[in-house]
Amino acid sequence: MNRFKFSALLVALFLLGACSGNTTKDGVGDDVLVEERNGASTSGVSDQNADGRDLGAEASVVVGEDQFSSSELNDPSNPLSNRIIYFDYDSASVRPQDQAIVEAHAAYLGKNPNLTVRLEGHTDERGSREYNLALGERRALSIRQLLMLQGASAQQFRVTSFGEERPAVDGSDESAWSQNRRVEIVYIGR
Amino acid sequence: MIRKWLLKLGVLLAFLPLQAQALLTIEITGGSDAALPIAIVPFGAEGVNAPEDISAIIRNDLASSGRFAPLDEQDLVSRPTEQSQVNFADWRLLRSEGLLIGKISSQDGENYQVQFQLFDVYRGQQLAGKRYQVPASGIRALGHQIADVVYETLTGEKGIFSTRLAFVTQVSASDGKKRFALQISDADGANPRTVLQSTQPIMSPAWSPDGNQLAYVTFENGKSEVFVQKLQSGQRQSVASFDGINSAPAWSPDGRKLALTLSRNGNPEVYVLELSSGELMRVTNNAQAIDTEAVWSPDGDNIFFTSDRGGQPQIYRVPANGGRAERVTFEGNYNASPDISPDGRKLTMVHAVSGRFYIAVQDLKTGALQVLTESGRAESPSFAPNGQMILYATEQKGRGVLAAVSVDGRIHQRLSESGTIVREPAWSPLKK
Repeated sequence: MNRFKFSALLVALFLLGACSGNTTKDGVGDDVLVEERNGASTSGVSDQNADGRDLGAEASVVVGEDQFSSSELNDPSNPLSNRIIYFDYDSASVRPQDQAIVEAHAAYLGKNPNLTVRLEGHTDERGSREYNLALGERRALSIRQLLMLQGASAQQFRVTSFGEERPAVDGSDESAWSQNRRVEIVYIGR
Repeated sequence: MIRKWLLKLGVLLAFLPLQAQALLTIEITGGSDAALPIAIVPFGAEGVNAPEDISAIIRNDLASSGRFAPLDEQDLVSRPTEQSQVNFADWRLLRSEGLLIGKISSQDGENYQVQFQLFDVYRGQQLAGKRYQVPASGIRALGHQIADVVYETLTGEKGIFSTRLAFVTQVSASDGKKRFALQISDADGANPRTVLQSTQPIMSPAWSPDGNQLAYVTFENGKSEVFVQKLQSGQRQSVASFDGINSAPAWSPDGRKLALTLSRNGNPEVYVLELSSGELMRVTNNAQAIDTEAVWSPDGDNIFFTSDRGGQPQIYRVPANGGRAERVTFEGNYNASPDISPDGRKLTMVHAVSGRFYIAVQDLKTGALQVLTESGRAESPSFAPNGQMILYATEQKGRGVLAAVSVDGRIHQRLSESGTIVREPAWSPLKK
């Protein structure tokens, strides 16, 4: 549909809304039984129903950046195939058993300075959603710091937090929660 | 820009009406023993077949508030529609304190005349009486407006039946992917409308003080981003898409500023964005801590927020134009998601005890804290605009639902929507 038709439609909708204004006669008398006052006021009654339909927006869908792939990253016996780091509740510290994975990625990034990774921080569903958004970022930044200490450089990172909004596993038990408290290392090339 | 907008709008107008209009329904789940008995006589319909049963809407509003106990219809001794037909002695026998009568008529089936009268049964006096003229489409809203008058007349507090709710829904589509929607509905769950749809999560809707706009957070561009959207036109604008987190919008009481959480300088801090100029002012400054979830005091002088600067999330207060933050909550090791009552006297928050999350209310003067909910999965509390109820999200049988509790903890309501996960509720301001 062309622009003119839409403008016309909008105008029509607007007029529709304007015309459907209610006349509310509002008597606030004490001892008057039912008081009627002249002069119509378009009260709030109509505002809500004026459009009478959904006037919403559609969020555009972003196509993800191309993920980078290599034989080392895909080899299941290579620690680089491990690209998810898990965390304890309300913690952003890397657990001892995951240190080797982080070291391997730091070395790989150091050897391949043309590579970039997106660090996506996530939390489990417990507690405040906004606090969790910040906690997810804290986890991603903690991984970034370790990777940088071990050979990667600052330009190789993008950091994003999804808080508890994109769980890896749906569910409300420790098994689901422990899989959702994570940072995903996503290689995106350059 | 405008053109892009119109095109998007066009796509929406084409498909939105086909969206399922799931309804939130309210049920009282506890504690209405102090409810006030009231007789609501079905309104007389003079030769009309009205599209909505207005007295049923009023009755439903008053009953679902938990503050009123409408008499059963079969117990009504008579069906007066005007004062001359009322015998107060009969109604006193029923121990009804209030009596609401009215009638609805129409000459053309398009415009309706509605009148009501509310009586004090014991004194035999009229407390309120009004006459209205509305189109058929306005009858439901008028029902809420009359319920507001009855509520305010008999309780002395503002009615909130003409207000709206905003909330986020999540459904799993047939392809297994999640679809998210920001919706608004009337306070009774009727008249749901979709404000925004996305394949990506939506968070933290916040009403502008005039009720005409919503601020919210989306991930549609791959990261958190704050938008402001006009509800009548659907027109929206990105107001914060800096590096890092852009989240937790909260309108200043004058509607001219948004408090936000931004981590553009490396750490989540509370900022105030002046909407007209785009000017940003940093309010908190604590490089080690998470500072987020700002909310304004009703006078606009202070901002309350969540911070873990003491090691655990607690609520703090800081002057809105910056300054030293002082801690407000001391009980328990997890207090987050603050909201301040419209009179500025109470703080509601999520209060965790042993890994379980409750809605609590704290008196800001005395510091006394009261836990209001029993289930341990509550989050996102939001005061009703009359300060009498707190709306929050919780879980029922593994599904997100909304619930509300009175500030004294006595009245509990559940608002559920079939087949949908519902969360992130926000109660609109009163209509101006």
